[in-house]
Amino acid sequence: MTDDKVIEIVNQSLVEEFELDPGMMTPDVFLVEGLGFDSLDFVDVVVVLQQAFGIELREEPRVREVRTLGDLHHLVIEKKRELEGLKQQ
Amino acid sequence: MPQRRVVITGAGAVSPLGCGVPMVWKGLVEGRTSVRHCPSLAEVKGLRTTVAACVPEVDAGTIDRKKRRYMSKMSIYATIAAREALQMAGLGADQVRGTRTGVCVGSTTGSTVETEKFFVEMQNGRSIENLKSTHFFKIMNSSCAANLAQVLGISGRQVAPSAACATGTIAVGLGAESVACGKQDVMICGGADELHPLTVGVFDTLEASSRAYNDRPDMTPRPFDRKRDGIVCGEGAGMVVLEALEHARAREAEIIGEVRGFSMNSSPDDIANPGVDSMVDCMASALDESGLSGEQVGYVNAHATGTIQGDEAECRALEHVFGRGTPVSSLKGHMGHAMAACGALELIATLLMMRKGLLVPTRNLQEPDDICGRLNLLTTLEHRHLEVAIVNSFALGGINSAMVISGRPTNDG
Repeated sequence: MTDDKVIEIVNQSLVEEFELDPGMMTPDVFLVEGLGFDSLDFVDVVVVLQQAFGIELREEPRVREVRTLGDLHHLVIEKKRELEGLKQQ
Repeated sequence: MPQRRVVITGAGAVSPLGCGVPMVWKGLVEGRTSVRHCPSLAEVKGLRTTVAACVPEVDAGTIDRKKRRYMSKMSIYATIAAREALQMAGLGADQVRGTRTGVCVGSTTGSTVETEKFFVEMQNGRSIENLKSTHFFKIMNSSCAANLAQVLGISGRQVAPSAACATGTIAVGLGAESVACGKQDVMICGGADELHPLTVGVFDTLEASSRAYNDRPDMTPRPFDRKRDGIVCGEGAGMVVLEALEHARAREAEIIGEVRGFSMNSSPDDIANPGVDSMVDCMASALDESGLSGEQVGYVNAHATGTIQGDEAECRALEHVFGRGTPVSSLKGHMGHAMAACGALELIATLLMMRKGLLVPTRNLQEPDDICGRLNLLTTLEHRHLEVAIVNSFALGGINSAMVISGRPTNDG
């Protein structure tokens, strides 16, 4: 899966789950201040992305460092690569 | 404790006949049915009933996402109905935020749809990894009341009675008692439920669901009819706004009815079949509280779901309390059995009958059976001035409820 495809799926998943305007899904948008996410939304972001990509995020400490949508894209791409690396070993 | 008169100033409905009180009335007067073939029932192995009365699609988008994320369908129905009731009552958001306004809203269970999702996860993987943060708020038994309090900004009482099919009537009755004794000035009350094969399956297992008309859904249920064969399950929400009479008058609210008497009791002899004697006691107690006699009741809105035993038992009880002359009808033929919502929806329909001076007959009643036929069962629309009526809800679990209501109060009280 290409990075662009990961970003597309992340955006699409969040737009559907949180009823967001697709036009707001830019990398620099802040999840709290820009998209209006609260603490419960972050719990559900983790669930939605775990389901979409088969990755483990719930115990991932880097989730707490995510501020922008771009940060989230980056984390998912990294986790996806880690998962694929594990599969190839 | 003080005993204050309690009036009804608002009503809201989400029903299988449509969304909004006008849609309910239109459907009733036109004699329409909302019972349809239900594909989600047909695919369940062993379930012999394939018909149900489902709510047409509603616009949940009017509820803010951050409030709606805690809601299953039943809470969405309750919210839409409560908003309509408050609008009719002329009560704005600021007027219900104080501690003197409460909610009393129940359902038969928490969301069965959402509960199923949880157990599917558990069954498939012994996992909770896919559970959303808001899941619990949909499956808890008080989901409707809790969500209504949140979305309406209620800071008074939050009561969530659960009494199977009597839930709606009992919620209104308990809300009325909260107002009557002075604990609250305004109560938003009613019941809500969402259809799930579990509910239908319960009645099917008990041999109480309709299944002879799967290919002719418009002909069932058939309360009081010789060819009735059981319940048709439904869903929806009915909500009313109750107020202390002096509170409503002080703000010059339009009053649409008054709760004159309410009773609930248990029938300990049989958890599945309420006994005739306890039904009689329940109605007599509600009448006693109202200070009215059976002769003054101009219409009975019967629970009558279309089961063989239940309809007969209620008719025997009605004959004992009211004799054979009082007009009686059941609205299950139009709306199915909306479970926790039915009592409140039928209360609202009865208030409309008072306001319009038009009694709605029982749909699908073509040939009454011998016991039921001893009563004055309405089979056609009947213009009649109606001042006092009684609304019954008798439920699985051996729980009965009855509410005596009247139209606009006179100025003598």
